[in-house]
Amino acid sequence: MTAGPTRRVALKVLGGTLGAGAFAYAARPLAQWTAELSLEETLRRHYKELSAEELAQILRRLEEETKKTHGVDVQIRDLPAQEGVSFGYALNLSMCIGCRKCAEACHHENNHDRRTNNSYIRVLEMEQGSFDMERGKVDYDHAVPAPGKYYMPVQCHQCDNAPCVTVCPVEATWKEKDGIVVVDYDWCIGCRYCEAACPYHARRFNWTAPEIPPEEMNPDQGYLSNRLRPQGVVEKCTFCLHRTRAGRLPACLEACPTGARVFGNLLDPDSPIRWVLDNKRVYVLKEELGTRPRFFYFFDV
Amino acid sequence: MPRPLRPAPGPAIARVDVHLPDRLRGISAEYDDFMHIERNVACNMCHSMRQPKALPQSPAELDEFHQGLVFRHGTLSCGSCHLLGDQTALRRADGTAIPLLDAIELCRQCHGPQARDFDHGAHGGMSGHWDLSVGPRTRNHCVDCHDAHAPQIPASRPVLPPADRGLTRAGALRSSTTQGARR
Repeated sequence: MTAGPTRRVALKVLGGTLGAGAFAYAARPLAQWTAELSLEETLRRHYKELSAEELAQILRRLEEETKKTHGVDVQIRDLPAQEGVSFGYALNLSMCIGCRKCAEACHHENNHDRRTNNSYIRVLEMEQGSFDMERGKVDYDHAVPAPGKYYMPVQCHQCDNAPCVTVCPVEATWKEKDGIVVVDYDWCIGCRYCEAACPYHARRFNWTAPEIPPEEMNPDQGYLSNRLRPQGVVEKCTFCLHRTRAGRLPACLEACPTGARVFGNLLDPDSPIRWVLDNKRVYVLKEELGTRPRFFYFFDV
Repeated sequence: MPRPLRPAPGPAIARVDVHLPDRLRGISAEYDDFMHIERNVACNMCHSMRQPKALPQSPAELDEFHQGLVFRHGTLSCGSCHLLGDQTALRRADGTAIPLLDAIELCRQCHGPQARDFDHGAHGGMSGHWDLSVGPRTRNHCVDCHDAHAPQIPASRPVLPPADRGLTRAGALRSSTTQGARR
């Protein structure tokens, strides 16, 4: 028996030191993590499993974050869907003049990135006699309506058989009871499968966090609709959920200068949308894909 | 545990009103007042003192007032809708007078399909609430969007040109996403 450290003890000490060092290095992101991303956000449950208190806490935290980053007092609400309400939207292609006022209203209402002129609505300038959406032109810049063209605004069709919902690997997007397909921006991992799956090109990806001057921010916000989106998540039209669930009309409808847009409750037989679907010639874009949209085009005859 | 749905909308208690545009209350004086608000002059401001001897057939005959009025509304003449002697009234096809504020009733005589669509909320646009148990709705008046003398909506410059990455240089939607969408 020799006194003093043996080779074995020396190796143990060395191994222990290296191990502790490696652990400290591996755990280093944890130190920065708490500053940017709160623990409660990381450990929270899926939206559908949240209790009312947990949801309320999240909403308050998001409001505080907006106050911190933009200095604006916003109100973020999350109204649940309503019994006996199922939303539908119709757009009169005979009337639309392609002025893009709807896209502009969406841009402001939904706190879109100012730099990219983002909007949930793309207005396609189409050749008369063709319904090929892929040949529609979106960046036309001349007096409208131009001769020989018609205009087809395209936004989320809130499909009842939504391909975007099926492909989501983390259930960050789903269909609500009133028919609206929503995204939880805090659950989305940004894989963009949904964007590729959507036949209507209705989803948008936030390549950067949206830049909005504080004075232009819409303070009336919804958790599942127009609150500030983080970088790297997908977003989409929600028929202005924060407005429509409070009984109001969508911003794009109010902005339309030709009255081409009709919105309402499909379950109310006296609603304008029902009258349109019952009495007008209605066209469903890419009906053959079986997506069963809640967005309809119609014509005056 | 999904949150319970809110109860169904109650009975409609709020009103649906038709907006009454200033155009039906007078004519723009083409200058702003000291508050920089456009002045609107009521018809009777002038017509209570001054009456034309006869209604002109076309705007070309206007020699003193209402000059430069653009008229592109089919083959109508001034007397089709206006009455000699009462400038706050409009003349229906059967010769009876209706108040200027009821102009929709005048338009309705010729534009039946539009009037039918309007009555069912499918023409003309609106603002406010879809759910009348929550709040009121305001319908646009015919002359909110159409100039009664030249009803076709004039050509305009589109706003907000898109500038996102989903576009090719040709302005079409990017073909990689297109392929997937076509299946």
